Amino acid sequence: MKSYNLTHLQELEAEAIYVLREVASQFENPALLFSGGKDSIIVAHMARKAFWPGKIPFPLVHVDTGHNFPETIEFRDKFVEKIGANLIVGSVQQSIDEGKVVEEKGFNASRNALQTVTLLDTIESNKFDCAMGGARRDEEKARAKERFFSHRDDFGQWDPKNQRPELWNIFNGKKHIGEHFRVFPISNWTEMDVWQYILHEKIEIPSIYLSHERNVFVRDGVIMSTCDFIEQRDTEQTTKMQVRFRTIGDATCTGAVESDADTIEKIIEEVAAARTTERGTRSDDKRSEAAMEDRKKQGYF
Amino acid sequence: MDRNSYLDMELLRFSTAGSVDDGKSTLIGRLLYDSKSIFADQYQAIEESSKRKGDETVNLALLTDGLRAEREQGITIDVAYRYFATPKRKFIIADTPGHIQYTRNMVTGSSTSNLSIILVDARHGVVEQTCRHTFISSLLGIPHVVFCINKMDLVDYSEEVYEKIKSDLEAFCSKLDVKDIQFVPLSALKGDNVVNKSENMDWYQGATLMYLLENIHIGSDYNHIDCRFPVQYVVRPQSEKYPDYRGYAGRIAGGVFKPGDEVAVLPSGFTSKIKSIDTMDGELDEAFAPMSVTLTLEDDIDVSRGDMIVRENNQPNAEQDLDVMICWLNDKKMTPRGKYAVKHTSNDVRCIVNEVKYKVNINNLHRIEDDKDVNMNDIARISLRTTKPLLFDKYTRNRTTGSLILIDEATNETVGAGMII
Repeated sequence: MKSYNLTHLQELEAEAIYVLREVASQFENPALLFSGGKDSIIVAHMARKAFWPGKIPFPLVHVDTGHNFPETIEFRDKFVEKIGANLIVGSVQQSIDEGKVVEEKGFNASRNALQTVTLLDTIESNKFDCAMGGARRDEEKARAKERFFSHRDDFGQWDPKNQRPELWNIFNGKKHIGEHFRVFPISNWTEMDVWQYILHEKIEIPSIYLSHERNVFVRDGVIMSTCDFIEQRDTEQTTKMQVRFRTIGDATCTGAVESDADTIEKIIEEVAAARTTERGTRSDDKRSEAAMEDRKKQGYF
Repeated sequence: MDRNSYLDMELLRFSTAGSVDDGKSTLIGRLLYDSKSIFADQYQAIEESSKRKGDETVNLALLTDGLRAEREQGITIDVAYRYFATPKRKFIIADTPGHIQYTRNMVTGSSTSNLSIILVDARHGVVEQTCRHTFISSLLGIPHVVFCINKMDLVDYSEEVYEKIKSDLEAFCSKLDVKDIQFVPLSALKGDNVVNKSENMDWYQGATLMYLLENIHIGSDYNHIDCRFPVQYVVRPQSEKYPDYRGYAGRIAGGVFKPGDEVAVLPSGFTSKIKSIDTMDGELDEAFAPMSVTLTLEDDIDVSRGDMIVRENNQPNAEQDLDVMICWLNDKKMTPRGKYAVKHTSNDVRCIVNEVKYKVNINNLHRIEDDKDVNMNDIARISLRTTKPLLFDKYTRNRTTGSLILIDEATNETVGAGMII
C-alpha cells in the first residue's frame, strides 16, 4: 500500500501557507513585517507560494531603525522588486524627528526598543488590522507562549495571561474596531528548519549570513560590527575577523559569530553543532530575564 | 546530524500532561538533554535563575516557564511549546500545566497532537488525575497514548507494581475509544527507559519511550479515505499571463485528490472534474491531507470560501442540527439557549444552544444530568442549531471537519471547543 507521508518540512510549509491564506481571508488590510532577515524572507517566500499564480495580496512593511547593515537594505530592495511586492517603510528616524521617541544615549544605545512606537504608528497610519511576522516559538521563552493569531488591544499590547485558546487549525481573528492581530505563520519552526528550508528551496539570503571578513570589536564577549552608529570605548580595538551573523537585527544590538561557513550547507553543520541559541548574540534580550516579554507586552513584535 | 537524513524526517506532535511533582518537567528535560536540544546559554540562564531562588538542583521547569509570573510563582500558566529533533523525527511538545484551568489547557494543547504522554506515579498508581488525562486524550481523538509509569526507582523497579498499574489502566481504557495504547516503566530522574534501556528492569522487554516516539506509526493518523477540501481562498490573478485563472486554495482535510477526479462542490452540489492541482513548484499528480494546494476545475462554476470540494460518491453530512461534545473554555459560563458565533473549517456561521443533554464527570466518566450549568473546564454534550447547514464528519472520523469553536459575539473570545458526534 502506498503511504501518504509528508516530511516535517513539507508539513511545516503546509501549515504556514494555511495560516497565510487564513490571514488574507479573515482580515481586510493585513501586512507582512519584513526585516530582510532569514525568517521574514521565508515567510515572504511562502506567501508567494500561498497565492501563486496571483501576487501576494498584502504589502511588506519594514520598520527601519536607520541602523541597518547596508547589505540588508540592498537585499531588501532587490527582493521586493523581484517578487513585485509593495513595500512600506516605517522610519524610526522619523519618529525621533517628530519627537515621539527619545534616542538612547551612551555606549549601549540601541534603537531596538524605539521600534515599537514606529511599528504601532505604521500600523495605525496605514490602518493595518493584522501584522504578520517571522517570529518563532523556539527563539525565546516568552515567544514560546505566543499564539499563531495573537490578539492586541487598541494600544497594541499583548496580554500573555489572557490569550485566546487556539484549537486545531481554527483561527479566531475576530476583533473590535481599533484592535489588531499579530500573526506568526512559522511559530513551529526552529532555526534548523529555517536553514534546511532555505537550502531545499534555494532561497536567496543577505550575504552577511555567510562568512566574510569584517571590521569588528568585542564588547561583553559579543563580536560587534564596527559602524557609524556605535560609539566604541578606547579599549575596544577594531580588528578584522572572519565572521557571519546568525540573526539580523539592528546593527547596534546584533552580534556576529566567528565562522568559516560560507555556504548554506556549512551553516547547517554549524547550527547542528552549535551550543548556544541564535539569540545568544542579541544584546537586546540580555537586558533582563523578561526583556522580551516586557517589550512584547508594550507592542513589540 | 546528517543533512540528508534530516530531509526525510517526519513530524510528530505530542502533548504531555501532569501536575506538580509527577516528574513531567524532569522527563521533558531528559528528552531535551539526551537529544542535545538544550543549549549552553539556555542551561546557563536557568542555572543562574535556580541559584538565585535558592534551589539546590537546576530546575528544568524554568525551561518551559517563559513568563515572568510563571517563574515568580513557580507555576505554569499556559501551554508551552518545545521543539527537539532526533535524526528520525522532529518533535513538537505541547506541555500543558496540571493545576489551574487544567482541562482548558490540555484540550488546547492536545487538539493537534498525534500522541499523548500520560505520567503515572508508580507509588500512587492510577489516580483521579490519570483518568482525567486519559479521558481527555480519548475525547480529543489522539491516536496514540503512551502511559509512562514513572518513578520506578522508588518502588524497587518492581514488575508486580508495574503489572498492577498496567492492568488497571487497561481496564479503564476499555471504556474509552483510544486506538493505540503503550506502557513504559521508567524513571525520568535516573534515566531508566527514557532514552536508554534500563539495566534495572530485565523483566521489561518492551521499547524505551524515545524508541516509541521515534517509531510509532503516524502515517495513518490523517484520514486518507474521505476526500474533503474546504475552500479557504479563491486565487484570481487577473494578470496578463493568467487573465482567466480561477484557483481554489485550501488545505486538504481528508482523502487523496487527483486530476481527473469527479468532484462535487458543496453546498451547491454542482459537479465537475479536477483539472489541475497547482503549486508554485509545478502541478502535482496527487495531493493528500494535510497538504496546502490550489485546485482548478474543468467547469466554470461558482465556488467561494466556506464551500467544500468532495468526491461525488462520498459526501459529508450537511445539517443544521448537530450534537457536540463541548469543552467550555471561558470563565463566563455558557448561556442557556445562548447564541454564539461558530467557526468550522473555513466557514463562519451563528448558532443557538438548543439543549444541554448532560455533563461528564471527567474523573469517573459518569453522566451528570441534574446540573446543566456549563462552566469553565466543564465537558458537556449539547445540541446546536446553526444558521445554515454545516458540512461535517464525525470528529472520530475526521478531526478537521469534525471540530468547531464557539465564539462569544460580544467579546470575540473563543469560549468553546466542540467535537461533533
